[in-house]
Amino acid sequence: MSRVNDWHIMAALALFGIAAPFLLPGLVTQLAFLWLMVVFALTWDMLGGRMGYNSFGNIVFFGIGCYAAAVLQRDAGLPYFEGLALGLAVGAVLAVLAAIVFGAALLGIRGHYFAIGTLGLGIAAGEIASGWRYVGAGSGLALPLYPGDLGSREFFFCYSLFALAALCFLTCRWLYGTRFGLALNAIRDDQDKADAMGLRTTRIKIFAWSVSAFFLGISGGLAANMIGFIDPRDVAFAGATFGVWMVLMAILGGKGTLWGPVLGAFVFHVTQELFWTYLLGWQRVALGLLIVVIVVFFPQGIMGWLAERRERRGTAA
Amino acid sequence: MSALLEVRGVTKRFGGVVANESVSLRVEKGEIAGLIGPNGSGKTTLFGCITGTHAVDGGDILFEGQPIAHLRTAPIARRGLIRTWQQTRIYDDMTCAENMAISAREAHGGLVALLRPVPAATTRRGDDLLAFVGLHEKRAERAGRLSFGQQKLLEFAMALMNEPKLLLLDEPTAGINPTLINGLIDRLRRANTELGVTLLVIEHNMRVIMNLAHRITCLAHGRVLSEGTPDEIRDDRRVLDAYLGAA
Repeated sequence: MSRVNDWHIMAALALFGIAAPFLLPGLVTQLAFLWLMVVFALTWDMLGGRMGYNSFGNIVFFGIGCYAAAVLQRDAGLPYFEGLALGLAVGAVLAVLAAIVFGAALLGIRGHYFAIGTLGLGIAAGEIASGWRYVGAGSGLALPLYPGDLGSREFFFCYSLFALAALCFLTCRWLYGTRFGLALNAIRDDQDKADAMGLRTTRIKIFAWSVSAFFLGISGGLAANMIGFIDPRDVAFAGATFGVWMVLMAILGGKGTLWGPVLGAFVFHVTQELFWTYLLGWQRVALGLLIVVIVVFFPQGIMGWLAERRERRGTAA
Repeated sequence: MSALLEVRGVTKRFGGVVANESVSLRVEKGEIAGLIGPNGSGKTTLFGCITGTHAVDGGDILFEGQPIAHLRTAPIARRGLIRTWQQTRIYDDMTCAENMAISAREAHGGLVALLRPVPAATTRRGDDLLAFVGLHEKRAERAGRLSFGQQKLLEFAMALMNEPKLLLLDEPTAGINPTLINGLIDRLRRANTELGVTLLVIEHNMRVIMNLAHRITCLAHGRVLSEGTPDEIRDDRRVLDAYLGAA
């Protein structure tokens, strides 16, 4: 069968990721944000889609990444790129540690209670950051200036985020092909059963959240540098924008599928950019309507909708 | 004889209701033991106590001579004590083959062991066991799509996949088409003789349990009412009274 498979799509996306900044030089920053959105959707889906734990607090790991990079780049006294590398590494480690601590505390809670608990986590993080003088409190932190040429800055962050998104996708793809992937699904379908069959569910859940946190931590450091400034509530712990988008993109594309979050990120980001360009002033309303449309007409996401159609055609034939 | 499972004077209360009162029971290695009793006599609660779902209020539970009453569900399962549910529990949104793969014993391992694809040998064993319960052609189907009876068979196959030493079955024939019950009895027996799994079976269908079990314990009002071979239980006046409400 000469059907399109994963490898064809991955190759096409890799080509797109490499060539697009040259082909669309005016959209490099938008592209960079697109890859950031892909990371958001993929990392959210690991818990929300695969494991059935709807987290509204993943933004915390992103914020930790933002602040870790900003503080280290400010205080470590290193040249820009060394400081950035150190900041990203420390951000990733701190995000993973946070996932382990919060996971141990929250992942024992189920269903809506977990969602609400994580929502509280995101809000609390924003409040703490905006009251903490060391990290700039409410006025936020400025990141050091990018030392290269003006044009190269966008390219650098676009490619960095592309590489991160690719790595994140490949990690997910690998994980979902292992027993670990099956264990996540088992926890989603019936956690008590999984326990009774001897699975180490607590460990599995915390590990899954740590993987999410790892990629979100790095993405936070990169995004903070790209934006150049972090505000505690509007950038780092932006629960009402980034934090909600993560969920939306995964649901829009089809949660619990490999390609769903990627597709959702593309569709969402493009739509959102169009709203901002052509419906200025009404963009939030349009976005809200889009959310309603997603939930009402595509509860299973685009991938789920496609699978259903294929199935129906299969039974009809 | 070595007892594989020994329940010693287990008491379990839910508020003021005493679900199990000083229940003692032995399951010998290699046997098929039956557990019967009228509705509400505490059979399923006892399963919950044995498998760590309920914390016991008194008494001891020994598995292979080791106390397990203080352990939680998963560590008990990893020792080789697996249960099934009356209302079947399977992984709905996964295929039958995936249900089998994640039920394998290797999935008990640490994270490093989990970060490997399912080995071909495990997939094959899963397929064999699906064939054993007659579900092989459903292997790629979503488990939630199966009929209730088929889900029960799948749950049984998943339990066998876990290679338990002792398998607790909660009403394996409830909701199963009567014409399939004989086939199921045969499979339970073969699991016992060919795969060497000791069974403790809760069952309401008297024909089934009298045929299947080597020894039967009867509970009533949370206490052990009677114990013996199927023939002894059949002739025990108290058992009859308990079922018919004369007691």
